[in-house]
Amino acid sequence: MAIFCDATTKVVVQGITGRDGSFHTRSMLDYGTDIVAGVTPGRGGQMFEGKVPVFDTVATAVRETGATASVIFVPPFAAAGAIYEAADSGIDLIVCITEGVPTVDMVKVMPFLDERGVRLIGPNCPGIINPGKIKLGIMPGNIVKPGKVGVVSRSGTLTYEVVYQLTINELGQSSCLGIGGDPVLGTTFMDTIQAFGDDDETKALVMIGEIGGDAEERAADWIKDNLDIPVVAFIAGRTAPPGKRMGHAGAIVSGGTGTAAEKKMALEAAGIPVADRPVDIVPQLREIWT
Amino acid sequence: MNIHEYQAKEFFRRFGLPVPAGRVATTSEEAVSLAREIGLPAMVKAQVLTGGRGKAGGVKFCRTDDEVRKHADAILGMDIKGHMVRKVLITGALDIAEEYYIGMLIDRNSKRVLLMASAEGGVEIEQVAKETPEKIFKQPIDPRFGLLEHEALHLGLQLCPSDIRKARQLATAMQKLAKVFMHCDASLAEINPFVFTPAAEGHAIDAKMNLDDNAQFRHPDYEELRDLEEENPAERAAREANLSFVKLEGNIGCIVNGAGLAMATMDLVQYYGGMPANFLDIGGSSNPDKVVNALNIILADPNVRAILFNIFGGITRCDDVAAGIITATKRMDIKVPIVVRLTGTNEEQARQMLAETDLVSASTMDEAVQKAIEVVG
Repeated sequence: MAIFCDATTKVVVQGITGRDGSFHTRSMLDYGTDIVAGVTPGRGGQMFEGKVPVFDTVATAVRETGATASVIFVPPFAAAGAIYEAADSGIDLIVCITEGVPTVDMVKVMPFLDERGVRLIGPNCPGIINPGKIKLGIMPGNIVKPGKVGVVSRSGTLTYEVVYQLTINELGQSSCLGIGGDPVLGTTFMDTIQAFGDDDETKALVMIGEIGGDAEERAADWIKDNLDIPVVAFIAGRTAPPGKRMGHAGAIVSGGTGTAAEKKMALEAAGIPVADRPVDIVPQLREIWT
Repeated sequence: MNIHEYQAKEFFRRFGLPVPAGRVATTSEEAVSLAREIGLPAMVKAQVLTGGRGKAGGVKFCRTDDEVRKHADAILGMDIKGHMVRKVLITGALDIAEEYYIGMLIDRNSKRVLLMASAEGGVEIEQVAKETPEKIFKQPIDPRFGLLEHEALHLGLQLCPSDIRKARQLATAMQKLAKVFMHCDASLAEINPFVFTPAAEGHAIDAKMNLDDNAQFRHPDYEELRDLEEENPAERAAREANLSFVKLEGNIGCIVNGAGLAMATMDLVQYYGGMPANFLDIGGSSNPDKVVNALNIILADPNVRAILFNIFGGITRCDDVAAGIITATKRMDIKVPIVVRLTGTNEEQARQMLAETDLVSASTMDEAVQKAIEVVG
């Protein structure tokens, strides 16, 4: 069934009437995502595009429509609040697209989600797309193709670049997930890779990492002993100077750790080929996937 | 955002951490009068946003007015790892019997604030972590309760097993530091070292804090803490234009949408033997003003001899982006060649639009990078 959601998942959009929220809701609807409700406090009772009812609170939306997943497009100052509300209203998958959420807010959110058994993807992420089934977030639907390759990434447009190359080379995808570029994330690289490991539709894996933290090293360790499908990796940021934040709040080499070279070494030690260029990912995957 | 020691100490003071009296001087005369006020002996400490100040000779102990003058003179204007010293902190000097390390940071794996403490204070903690990791004690902090008293005391006793008075002071300092961290939206807070005098009085004599840029909306006063003189002018202009930018040493200016793709583009420039002049994430917008801002910032660097646009149009349409680039470049007088790669929605239209201009068009990332290197020569 691919990972985390499928074609039957009912979705509520928090911040549906905002500029980004309305734009991406239309694009999710076009892709066929079953968006059953929107939430904007003060706009309860309206209809979005004449077909999606808008509610004042997530709790009402869930009660009236049976939504189980939420996509959040609210400004950074309101993002933590929106996550708490969704988690408290019976939503079990939250995708938070918002960029610029304070890290301390996310630190506080995490135990609240854990207690309720709620999965969060993001924040500061492009979301998830299970080609041909559902799109939660902002990934362009026209570049994906249903298939067997799982894609996990810490990036947005770089993911599109790689997915596009898979698609034009006839390698379809089971799920493409961008975990987000922040230091504290609801769903980690490892969580995603484990989910791919349990998914019978996923027969190969492409992981796109970047400098900062040790998520790629941990993933490499786990893959070595637990995953028996072919994996190819790419790491962005070989030329990044130490101590500088490269756009993403989490993309920083500090105290000599988190470098691309270390990550490449750990991955290769686990038997995972690391592509030098995005364009090398497809041929390298073909080489080990027979 | 990184802040200076004296600024971090101000936060520490507000939360009741024991910080020796101190003030900042920008001239040696001012340093001398502050030292008289605070009382000799005193320390003169360079205020720059980098580590290794002591090793570079930027921290001096002074017994007399003359020593304060001499050292302040030498330190002001000193270059420490490329940072020019414009301010010195004049602060009381203490008789030090023991040094400890207390630090907090965001731990990505536990998704919590992690407290780290060690009896190996006063040295670089990265080194301790590498050579003797068993000497660093760690405690993840539950954000719902903060650092609990017994957790702090347990750590205090690990650092100081034979002296409950010192262990308690360390524990109190840790709890206060945890409050500073959460309240200020820090991403790093360190006391290195926390010292005891021979009379067993504890003091936080050095302070380091990084503040979370994402949280600035609820701390409007942080803008005043920013040291504009320490910021690279191009990086400052970029920040003011809401662009994510890092200056590098090469000659190919890069404008890319998305941070990951921007890093991958720099890497690819280097892969083909070129040198990127910068990291720049222009985001998802096709607004010509944003393109103009980005071009201005990059072209202010005299090293730049070509501009490379690498845009993956997913949701953003390529023809929109092409229109933005064409409008922006018409508004400016640009002397260097511009290579544009646009892929994604409506890329054919975009390429036709570019064909009618002087801009060099490329259809893949690799082709664009190679063309940019070629024009630089």
